[in-house]
Amino acid sequence: MIEFILNNQAIKTEQPPGSTVLDFVRYHKKLTGTKIGCREGDCGACTILVGAFENNTLVYRNVTSCLMPLINAQGKHIVTIEGINQTELTPVQQAMVDSSGTQCGFCTIGFVMSLTGFVMNQTQTSFTDAIKNIDGNICRCTGYKSIEKAAKILSTQIENKPTHNTLNWLTKNKYLPDYFLGIEERLRKISIQQYPENKSAIKLGGATDLNVQKHQLIKKSAVQNLYDNASLKTIETINNEIILGASVTVAQFAESSIIQPIFPNLNKHIKLVSSTPIRNMATLAGNFVNASPIGDMTAFFIALDASIIFNTNRKIKLKDFYKGYKLLDKAEDEIIEKIVFSIPSSTSFFNFEKVCKRTHLDIASVNTACLINIDDNNIIQQIHLSAGGVAPYPKYLSNTCSFLLNKPINKTVLQEAITIMQQEIAPISDARGTTEYKKLLLRQLFLAHFAELNVEINFIIN
Amino acid sequence: MNTPSQHNNFIGPEYPNHVKGRSIYVDDIPVMEGTVYIKIFDATIAHAKIASIDYSEAEQIEGVIKIFSAKDIPGENQIGGIVPDEPLLADDEVHYCGQPILLIAAENEDAAEDALHKIKIEYEPLEIITNPRVAFAKGKLLSPTRKFVIGNSAEVFKNCKYVFEGTTETNGQEHLYLETQGAYAYPTEFNSIKIFSSTQGPTAVQRTAARVLGINMNNVEVDVTRLGGGFGGKEDQASTYGTMAALVAFILKRPAKCVLHRMEDMRMTGKRNPYSSDFKIGLDDNLKILAYEVTFYQNGGAAADLSPAILERTLFHCTNSYFIPNVTATANSCKTNLPPNTAFRGFGGPQGMFVIEAAIDFAAKKIGVEPYTIQQKNLLQNKNELPYGQIIENCEAEKCYNNVMQKANISQLKNEIENFNIKNKFKKKGFAFMPICFGISFTHTTLNQARALVHVYTDGSVGVSTGGVEMGQGLNPKMIQVAAKALGISTSKIKLETTNTTRVANTSPSAASSTTDLNGHAVQHACQQINTSFHSFIKKDLQLNEEDIIEFKNEILTVNNQSKNISWNELIAKAYLARTNLSAKGFYATPTINFDKTKEKGHPFSYHVYGTALTVATIDCLRGTYEIDFVKVCHDVGTSMNEKIDIGQLEGGLVQGIGWMTMEEIVYNEQGKLLSNALSTYKIPDIYSVPKKIDFEFLDTQNDNLAILKSKAVGEPPLMYGIGTYFAIRNAVLAFNSKSAITYNAPITPEKVLMGLYNK
Repeated sequence: MIEFILNNQAIKTEQPPGSTVLDFVRYHKKLTGTKIGCREGDCGACTILVGAFENNTLVYRNVTSCLMPLINAQGKHIVTIEGINQTELTPVQQAMVDSSGTQCGFCTIGFVMSLTGFVMNQTQTSFTDAIKNIDGNICRCTGYKSIEKAAKILSTQIENKPTHNTLNWLTKNKYLPDYFLGIEERLRKISIQQYPENKSAIKLGGATDLNVQKHQLIKKSAVQNLYDNASLKTIETINNEIILGASVTVAQFAESSIIQPIFPNLNKHIKLVSSTPIRNMATLAGNFVNASPIGDMTAFFIALDASIIFNTNRKIKLKDFYKGYKLLDKAEDEIIEKIVFSIPSSTSFFNFEKVCKRTHLDIASVNTACLINIDDNNIIQQIHLSAGGVAPYPKYLSNTCSFLLNKPINKTVLQEAITIMQQEIAPISDARGTTEYKKLLLRQLFLAHFAELNVEINFIIN
Repeated sequence: MNTPSQHNNFIGPEYPNHVKGRSIYVDDIPVMEGTVYIKIFDATIAHAKIASIDYSEAEQIEGVIKIFSAKDIPGENQIGGIVPDEPLLADDEVHYCGQPILLIAAENEDAAEDALHKIKIEYEPLEIITNPRVAFAKGKLLSPTRKFVIGNSAEVFKNCKYVFEGTTETNGQEHLYLETQGAYAYPTEFNSIKIFSSTQGPTAVQRTAARVLGINMNNVEVDVTRLGGGFGGKEDQASTYGTMAALVAFILKRPAKCVLHRMEDMRMTGKRNPYSSDFKIGLDDNLKILAYEVTFYQNGGAAADLSPAILERTLFHCTNSYFIPNVTATANSCKTNLPPNTAFRGFGGPQGMFVIEAAIDFAAKKIGVEPYTIQQKNLLQNKNELPYGQIIENCEAEKCYNNVMQKANISQLKNEIENFNIKNKFKKKGFAFMPICFGISFTHTTLNQARALVHVYTDGSVGVSTGGVEMGQGLNPKMIQVAAKALGISTSKIKLETTNTTRVANTSPSAASSTTDLNGHAVQHACQQINTSFHSFIKKDLQLNEEDIIEFKNEILTVNNQSKNISWNELIAKAYLARTNLSAKGFYATPTINFDKTKEKGHPFSYHVYGTALTVATIDCLRGTYEIDFVKVCHDVGTSMNEKIDIGQLEGGLVQGIGWMTMEEIVYNEQGKLLSNALSTYKIPDIYSVPKKIDFEFLDTQNDNLAILKSKAVGEPPLMYGIGTYFAIRNAVLAFNSKSAITYNAPITPEKVLMGLYNK
């Protein structure tokens, strides 16, 4: 049985733990405000808010309910538009009306929920943050300019929002109904019980990929929730190494005060990875085991030369995890528990590049990450390069790296490196681009790493 | 020239309902007990004979009630609107991937889904054609070739100083209405059926369902609350799903629901027609375009659907906003093995305009002038004759163009962009002007008619029904405005009812940017009739003179402009007691329009809408990505009756056009299988990809026209401003690589940009 709070209502349900929260609210609870647009987390029409304890603080995040398995609702506060509605329009709803941020109305509820998530956020309060919170919401009618206006109105309105007792302020100003004030206490009475270990069960993290591909299967299968396992949620530094729990989400990784100082351009990089509601759910290890040839975080961590540790205590390099298309070096009952990487030295440089049809909320045509350390004599002392979209699995460009190691950066070396790189990839033509394009694109993104390092690359291009 | 803020901003009750999630779409209608769920079993091969099909095992699955094939259709297995060439369910052959073959009716969706996997089908493959030129070469046409001719282009080319020829391609576009196709139907008394449909064309659904079920149209009631977007995709193709729900409900005598999953919707439904085109353009010394020849190869897909009508509009707009005295335009609707392509905002117009813009751009680059020099010298003027014989009146082409040129300070902008391009090795900017001229009316003259039903209830409140469908375009608020103005009462007294074929019959689809004009006039007409009977009652009751002028101002009676201190409500109540008719049916048929298809000449449009957009884009020459700096537009709205709605249509249309021209790429493989079959592989603009700044200026004109309240149609025209983005990005590519062999092939995806930057 799964127990949680839906809006202001206590829920205990025997519905399949692998069914989606979307189907639960729409078809079992008849809360039809939440819409179905795509069932793959790519449109945001089904956006809801999920309140859960993070480091013992109740935090609300916007997620796409089409991808969220019901089991992941255990012990949480699930909020649909019906749980936000009051007699008068809330300031978020009013801003959307005043700026004509709605036309056909079908995507609108998703925007209202995401923007409500924004006004609830403790730290991210700027206009840019408001836009970031709706980066997973697609609208086909308005062209977004009116929705930008609504976001502007709201970011101005919350300028004076206090950082303490924020919930009081939010309810007093009618952003939220009063019942929100009692939720924390009520939630603390519901345990985040773990489903007992079940070897044959499908293991679920955020399910953001599984529920796209295998939604029917998950609904009908026994599932085990790894997502809320506290021991898989930690971010630690031990002996110059970062140790991440496997269920740390991309959002938690990006927001971590431990991680941020390591990557000066982290926000820029993470902005290229899916969207806010997906990052709020998607786990790092989930991205790895999914084995997509174009997994963004996989490319990111391969270039960090990260390792993964299984529940069996086996430890391998992430780059050695992939043996073929969707083929992993992993026994059936092995589960990734930890992700480990050494903090790059202060002289090193890390970069992540990704190009797709649409810059944001899209899957890469090609992505690549690079960790490089160049000494004062312009010699490459350390280099790790990854590339996605150019092989059946996330690729560590080992030949290219071996070639570049201990070489000086100059025209001849980079040109030779490109030749070697082109020989160790084999992209296929698909909806994301032709073989020729992906080859050219990887060359360009390889050069982009150096351009970001302020290496003069003009001479190579022409 | 007015700034938008001076206009009316009435938004009606829709928006507050939307933001609360209380607006009702098909899938939100509470289902009745006993509802049956429908899944469609569709073709996985683009062209084949069905050798055998066996669904006996599927029928045994618990929860499956019945599996319907073509043989279960009581009436005609035919849904073609213009040409009868499309079955509801494939019988012996399939003609495209995604073509419906069987309907599974089950107690729940899971059972229906399970049944899908138990159906055994064998195909005998036939030749698959996906390219319209190949289809044309094999003589596969969906409708006869059309040709518009004015002057004598062949002769005049001989006297042109410059003559250029070229080829262009524009890809299709997925509608991506956020609400997928769907319908819910239930049986009613007397062998009848009621269908709740997400359709732009309630009568099309009614007609199709009646035909397929073999019953009269008066046995089919279609009701439409609202659409979660349509954009043309639900003009004709919603009939398929409405009819499927009706068929199952009719046979099983149970309510039946058919709502598509996004991936089903994407693979089964048609899209904007892709076009492949050849042009030849001739100019004189002064850069006047003297002659233009163009041949369009429209990719129609496997059935005619609306393609013949779309083809016609391509011809109407083949010279865009320019006067060209000698034109020969030929258009072929080619039959391929893709889902039948269909209406999409602009309806063939954008495809025609892209070619003339490419021709002008090509000529400009060859001659060594700016494209805008050629554009500006050839803009339409009053009294010019269009290739189809209509004479231009109230032309605003030059006013809009010059307005944008001045506001943008073009010489300064050009300098800035040139300097930027010199300074930046890996960033380049490009700009382009895009003028538009779009004809308003259905080109099929018959469709330019509308009806409305207005009731005044005894408490003074008013209910309005029209044949128009609210799909986000703001029809309902505008209808309320029209009725409020005509009756002299507050908008809060008026409610827009659902669109229902038993209240308003024989509706034209909500399309062609004409819904507000047509239905607005019909509402006006109904209100006038109520005014006539109601006012004559008042005159009698208050013993006024026949010549006295009666009006309501803020719901208070005024006689000859003198306030009488008697309210609307009071008088309505009295009028009812005195047995006055307080209901009326309005009718409107657009006057003056005509078109003779045998001559391809006439006056098909009630008026034209003009405008010009300037787009500036920046490309990243290392990565091949781009951003749109700004779009500046001057648009002819006539006298906007609702600024908020019109701005919404302008911005939304522009961004949809930009999507079509940039990132939205439909990919079929050679076997006719859709590869861009989900939102993960087909990308429409998100909030980060829209222009950083969009400036719209209304060209406010007081000219008499046939627009309702002089507020010109605004649905489709702005989409075509998006074409400017294509050329702005292309020009930026050329600023990096002047020798680039980049062709005129839209959309200009990051792939095409990167390949264009580095080819030689």
